Amino acid sequence: MESIKDGEQKKILLQGNEAIVAGALAAGCRFFAGYPITPASEISEILSVKLPQLGGTFIQMEDEIASMGAVIGASLAGVKAMTATSGPGFSLIQENLGYGCIAEVPCVIVDVMRGGPSTGLPTSPSQGDVQMARWGTHGDHPIIVLAVSSVADCFSVTIKAFNLSEKYRIPVIILSDEVVAHTRESVTLPESDQIRIFDRVKPDVPPEWYKPYADNNRGVPDMAAFGDGYRHHVTGLVHDEKGFPTQDAQEIDKFLRRIHSKISKGFQDIQITKTHLMEDAEVCVIAYGSVARSALRAVRDARKLGVKAGLVQLVTLFPFPRKSVDTYLRQCRVAIVPEMNMGQMSREIGRINQAGCRIVKHNRIDGQLITPEEILKHLTTV
Amino acid sequence: MNTMLERAEIIRKEYLRHDKKFPHVWCPGCGNGIVMGALLRAVHSLGLNKDEVVLASGIGCSGRMPTYVDFNTIHTTHGRALTFSTGIKLARPELTVMTVMGDGDSTAIGGNHFIHAARRNLNLTAIIINNSTYGMTGGQYSPTTPYGSKSTTSVYGHVEHAFSIAELAATAGASFVARSTVYHATHMEEMLKKGIEKRGFSVIEIISNCHVQHGRRNKLGGAVEMINGFKERSVTVEKSKKMSSDELEGKITIGVLADVEKPVSTEEYQRIVEEAKHKAEIITRAKEKNGVKRYEE
Amino acid sequence: MVKESKAKATGKAKAPAASKKKEKKLYTVIFFHKWCKSCGLCTALCPKKIIKPDEIGLPFIEAMDRCSGCRFCEIHCPDFAITIKERHPERRSTNGKH
Repeated sequence: MESIKDGEQKKILLQGNEAIVAGALAAGCRFFAGYPITPASEISEILSVKLPQLGGTFIQMEDEIASMGAVIGASLAGVKAMTATSGPGFSLIQENLGYGCIAEVPCVIVDVMRGGPSTGLPTSPSQGDVQMARWGTHGDHPIIVLAVSSVADCFSVTIKAFNLSEKYRIPVIILSDEVVAHTRESVTLPESDQIRIFDRVKPDVPPEWYKPYADNNRGVPDMAAFGDGYRHHVTGLVHDEKGFPTQDAQEIDKFLRRIHSKISKGFQDIQITKTHLMEDAEVCVIAYGSVARSALRAVRDARKLGVKAGLVQLVTLFPFPRKSVDTYLRQCRVAIVPEMNMGQMSREIGRINQAGCRIVKHNRIDGQLITPEEILKHLTTV
Repeated sequence: MNTMLERAEIIRKEYLRHDKKFPHVWCPGCGNGIVMGALLRAVHSLGLNKDEVVLASGIGCSGRMPTYVDFNTIHTTHGRALTFSTGIKLARPELTVMTVMGDGDSTAIGGNHFIHAARRNLNLTAIIINNSTYGMTGGQYSPTTPYGSKSTTSVYGHVEHAFSIAELAATAGASFVARSTVYHATHMEEMLKKGIEKRGFSVIEIISNCHVQHGRRNKLGGAVEMINGFKERSVTVEKSKKMSSDELEGKITIGVLADVEKPVSTEEYQRIVEEAKHKAEIITRAKEKNGVKRYEE
Repeated sequence: MVKESKAKATGKAKAPAASKKKEKKLYTVIFFHKWCKSCGLCTALCPKKIIKPDEIGLPFIEAMDRCSGCRFCEIHCPDFAITIKERHPERRSTNGKH
């Protein structure tokens, strides 16, 4: 019985970071380890107040590497865990992120993007961590990356992130940016009985038969927590079904392919895109994060001017939603991709573009939000 | 009636993983095996339930230990083992969490995590197997390689001075620090037992032999010579107090170097959780009484 | 069992060396050669110096009666390849019954 009523059916004024906290707590997160960094510090601060009230654990670790280690440890011990950081912290998290991918540990990492590289622009937004979120840790690893563009998104996408991480036993990255994080909007949070929570599937065999990394029809092994009576071994080395390191070529191939195919099997579930006014669109804007808000405004204004414009908002950035984006590229003659980076998502779109659709990049890297007027200009001149 | 299994048989039967290939991967005569034996005997004598014991490790030869033992085991990234142990302990405080690391793993790449784990004084046990080298990667120098030693990355003689791991741990705030060597197997078992039982961050540093890398390059002999060398160079803590610093040069001080009672942060945190929950209850009840139902910040 | 302990009790009451010899505990040292890596630690560390290497370096003991059961070899074997068992030759004649 929780003594805090998180999620009541009333309109409330929330900041993006606060909504992420609310979503995480609603999803069952009871462990947070982090390190202070602008613009994500509010998440740490609020959780340091709320988690003790709910019997959870908050700890500020000595750096982001330690934070990620503690998050993985807590998740292996059976508690839903998360951390929150920005670009520079994510560079450190990468090391143990790979461990989370290969050991198949469910956890959520929030990256509130700010201007980069390096110390960059601590108080200005950017979307410069997109490719790092996909590839930031060595080796061929699977990952799920989601982007939030509004406070309501922050709540619902965080819950979805936890659900996906539990369902597919994989770390999930939420990309926010400084604008979404610090904007206050009024939202109506759903009641707790309207929220679907997914928990990791526990083994139903006796401990002697348990194989921590055994394949099954879902492609996702059942997961027992430390201390539940299922003693097993977890390692960052490539391992066999029992979790012990292996050098056998067949076993290695089988294992690495499984951890990728478990994601590709779930594309329907994992790849989320939202569309606005796309039914008869001839020109589309493909955007994500806070830029999607400007894009929506621009699309509506363009419609008023008679342009058949539509918005494709990417919620899932990776695995890249090739199928749905391909449909829209075939439908439209031009796709405008506004981003606060040098074209990290437009390169993905260009990669899958087989429909001859013209991709128009609009990049802004000066720490300023892309305005609706800039996008409208493109929509009216293509 | 002597149907009781001998202790060696019990250890092999109950505590070694039967689906792992034995003999284990360590070199003939490597102290890691002796440490593993002492650790299992210590756990056995404490009567701990295997389901509630976690053994974490870093990377290196010592990092191979968890695969062989029948506990909840985790082989983590280089230097970060204590962070994983922190997460596990905070999430499930009832588990006994032990972490085994090498000297390079714990004090070089893991140095930061080491001093903070000691400062936090969580109820963890850190077992550091100090063989003065990076053995698995071929014998490079580590933070505990003595001045003047040869290694693959100090062929002209090492120009840096070594940490004293036990003193480092004590200064950083660990509430129990002990040192032993692989020669003193029974003493080592006793230190490990004390460390596991102690409420607070315990560090047990074990001087071990890497005769294949460090020993060979520094003409210290094979396993037998190095281990006999530990015997000769060891002095107890009591004796060392009466010796001058010149006399202590090159000696290994064994025994309990620090044993203090300090607040354990998991317990402190539990207290905060209770207080916070209690306060929140009061606020919710007061608000309900006043007919106010609001989302609390 | 009762007879044996009585005998031991009476044996302990007589202090002389003759009965002490009867009291000497015997041990068997079992080497598990599949796990032994011939590191030589047991051979070098045995206080009674009764462990010897054979032609291929694996340890064996000839003078098993001189083993004092100190278990120094057992706790120093890195490969868990040594087991010390108590030996009760007097039981053989009673077919294991006491």
